[in-house]
Parts: sequence; structure tokens; C-alpha cells
Amino acid sequence: MVENHSSTAGPTGAAQAQAAAADLPAPARPVLEAPDIARVLTRIAHEIVERAKGADDVVLLGIPTRGVFLARRLADKLTGITGRPTQVGSLDITMYRDDLRLHPPRALARTEIPGDGVDGRLVVLVDDVLFSGRTIRAALDALGDIGRPRAVQLAVLVDRGHRELPIRADYVGKNLPTSLRETVKVLLAEEDGRDSVLLGQKESRNDSRQDAHGGPGADARSDAPAR
Amino acid sequence: MKRHLISAADLTRDDALLVLDTAEEMARVADRPIKKLPTLRGRTVVNLFFEDSTRTRISFEAAAKRLSADVINFSAKGSSVSKGESLKDTALTLEAMGADAVVIRHPSSGAPHRLAASGWINASVVNAGDGTHEHPTQALLDAFTLRRHLSGPGRDLNGRRITVVGDVLHSRVARSNVLLLTTLGAEVTLVAPPTLLPIGVERWPCQVSYDLDAVLAKSDAVMMLRVQRERMNAAFFPTEREYARRYGLDGLRMAALPEHAIVMHPGPMNRGMEITAEVADSPRCTAVEQVANGVSTRMAVLYLLLGGSEPAVAPAAATAATRTEESK
Repeated sequence: MVENHSSTAGPTGAAQAQAAAADLPAPARPVLEAPDIARVLTRIAHEIVERAKGADDVVLLGIPTRGVFLARRLADKLTGITGRPTQVGSLDITMYRDDLRLHPPRALARTEIPGDGVDGRLVVLVDDVLFSGRTIRAALDALGDIGRPRAVQLAVLVDRGHRELPIRADYVGKNLPTSLRETVKVLLAEEDGRDSVLLGQKESRNDSRQDAHGGPGADARSDAPAR
Repeated sequence: MKRHLISAADLTRDDALLVLDTAEEMARVADRPIKKLPTLRGRTVVNLFFEDSTRTRISFEAAAKRLSADVINFSAKGSSVSKGESLKDTALTLEAMGADAVVIRHPSSGAPHRLAASGWINASVVNAGDGTHEHPTQALLDAFTLRRHLSGPGRDLNGRRITVVGDVLHSRVARSNVLLLTTLGAEVTLVAPPTLLPIGVERWPCQVSYDLDAVLAKSDAVMMLRVQRERMNAAFFPTEREYARRYGLDGLRMAALPEHAIVMHPGPMNRGMEITAEVADSPRCTAVEQVANGVSTRMAVLYLLLGGSEPAVAPAAATAATRTEESK
């Protein structure tokens, strides 16, 4: 099952991205492959250690589904760099979404906060694709009910633009200018059998999302604004 | 899921597993410093109780409040019902107040079904116990408790042997449990004196026995039912002592259970009648845990009925995917 980060609505439509979309082939095209993803995560891990001056109090919280796997991979890399075990967990944002009333209720994913909690620590939220920013807004609300971190940062594998809220990422794997008619799919070995980031075209011109009823395994969450 | 929860038979296996898996996550909210979720903000849940209840009413109230819904409690005592207002007029009043869900307990079997099927209201109807008919959320919380002890998250109760003992005739808990636990793959055995078994029990999807000692050793869980003396208008057994001796659970009988087996009771308990104090206070008795699980289970039901644009769908593939994900 594939999480399909596509959008139908957004305040901005980047003209150059629209133009770029015209030359894209119809089938999804890989923009990052497994070695690229590994390199990108290594770089982000080093950036986290650098900015946190050692990453002593870092807690990585992945946003289900794929953010959790990315958070675990980042934690392994941080542990490799610092030589100390890294706190890692997951944060389900389903109950904090702002579009709950637009769809049938979704199945919930697991929220797993590491033993010491988040109070006074540096929480790094980890997600696969940053799009409208609404998922991160929900994650900040969810985090506020769990504790009071010293600071919150955001790491994403892909930033595809089209923000609808004043939110930006602290660590970005790849900036990917897209049009709203394109889809960004992140595949990870833990869930999909292989690592890849695919850029494709939306299949239908109507505004309903083909994956909106793909089941909770497929879309336990998404950054898309109008699903 | 259907729009209303009237009977445990309304739930398919996938629906039931979706409720239980959702309840599993809801239970974790209870461990947090802020035990509240914003999910049902602006929704109104009416607790419509025509019959006395402690734990079910406060359990539904706590569940709705933890999901940030507005709760209106209505009890027949001190309301216009005592002036003779009909169920229909009460329902129309609730509709006018904008209820999104009505949680109803009623002494008459079928009252929740009437409310749901009549077209009087648009709200989702949740049966919180009707007469001697059904109490589906109790069955769900019992299944949740059983699953935690006997199989684990994401699983059903396939092959587990559950023995339900006591006043089956007057018990809505027994009927809902037989239906739900069977849906989840468990084998249910009812144990009761012949006078306390309902007519037609032979058509229920379960075994029936009159001999408690014969089934104890083969039970993964034994669920003791309360002897409902308030509903007994005839002599169903000679004396309370005789009932307690033949169908009550004491320390000796508990010792005959397999080591992993648990003792359940939906409450309120008649200590000395169907269960001795020794058993009720033993660590194998899950009565208090069942109350805590009731809040999580009812949160799950309210979320799945009210949390979105329509009731949740539980496609078989989705629950299967969740399970494989967890087994990795």
C-alpha cells in the first residue's frame, strides 16, 4: 500500500512547477533511490547532532506510518554518531486532525513516548513528506497534551512546498518543487519492500483522492489538506 | 460499522476488531497527564437513562468528556417522563437540542431499536442496556479484557473457551457476549439452572450446561453474572444458599480453573451469592479492570460512530494490514 501525498487545494500554485509538470512522463518517476535516502538520513543525523550540540536530550518522534520508520533509522544513525542510545518513539495525530469531519473515522496508529517523556527535552518530529503543514500543526497539538518539550524541531525526507500554515522544516532531505497536480509517494522497505521517492501525476482530474479510502494501513495520516 | 449500535450482532468480526484496536489506543490516553482528546469537540452526546445505572452512565460520560464532546445527562427520575411523556416526545426534544448521539438505557427490551428505526431522530443510537435484551458495549469491554489476558492486541479470540455462569434469563450481558465472543471466534458455554435459561437458548450459538464443576477445568475465562433479584417475580431457585453452592464461584472452584484463566464480573457483584469475597478480591478477578476498560471501549465506539463524516468503515484488508504491521 502506498501513501499518496497529493493535493487538490492550496493557496499557491508555483508557475515554474506547473511548467515542469508538463514535461513529466505519465508513470511515476523516482527522484530519490535507496542510496540517496540513506545518504540524506546520514546528513540529517549529523545536522541534528551539530545543532543540538551533541544530541544528549534529543527525542525523535516519528509520525505514522512512514515517519516512524524514518525516525527509527535516524535514531540508529544518531546512536552511531554519538555512541549513546537515542530516544525514539511515535506520535499518532489522527485524533488531532482538522479534517476529521470530511471522512469516516480512521483507525488509530500507535503513540509511543520513550520512557523519560518529552518534558524539557528537544523533540524532533520526523515525517516523510512536508506539504500543507496541517499534519505538523496537528502533531504540535498532540505533543502539547503529552508534555512540554524544551524545543520542537521538524525533520522531513521531502519538502514538496504548498504550505497552508506558517510551518517550516528544520532538516530537509530534499526540496522538491511540485505542482498540485503531482503526487509524491515515499516508499520505505519496512512498509513497502523497497526505498524510493516517486514523483507522479494525479490520475483523475476530479478533486476526490483515489487513496482517500485506501484504508488505515495506507492513509493513517497524510499531509494532504483535503482528504 | 452501522450508524447505530443496538445489538452485538450489528458488528462484523472486522468491526469488532476495529473497535477493540481503537480502544487499545484510547486506553493509552488514560496514562497521559492530559487525559483528553479534541476529537469530538462541538458534538453533543445525550445519556438517556430510564433505568438506574452507576458504572455504565459514568463510563459513557467519562468517555464522551475525554473526547471533548458536550454531555447532557438525562434520567427518567425528575424528568417529564415521570409526568407521562412518551419516548417519542422525549426523542423529539433531544433532536431539537441537537444531539449527535443518544446513549439509551431502558427497562423495555427493544426501546433503543425503536428509537433508532422510528425516524424520530437523526442521532446515532447506542444501546446501553435494554431490558433483558442486549448490552453491546459491555460485551465489547469484556472482549477487550479477554483479549488483553488471553490473546493480545490485534488478535481475535479464536478457540478460547469462555464460560458464562448464572442468571442468563434476565441478563442482557449474556446475550450480547454470546453473540460478540462467537463472532470473535470464541467458544461460549452457558451454565445456569434450567429455570434461569431463556426460551430458545438452544438456538443460540453456544453450548449449555447445568454443571459448573464439569466445565471449569476447560475454561480460559469464567464470567459470573449477577442474580437479578429485582427482575425476579417468581421462585427460580429454592434458596440463595442452594444457588450459591451449585452455581456460585468460591475459592475451591477457582482453584479448579486452569492457571491462566481469569474470573470476570460485569458488576454490581452480589458477594456471597454468585461470587465469594475471596474470589472477588483475588488478583484473578478482573471486575475493576473491566470498569477501566469500559471507558476506553466506549471512547472507541463514540469515536468510530461520531468522529467523522459517517461511521467508520472496517474493510477486511485494513484490519489485516494493521495486524501484519504489528507482527513484524
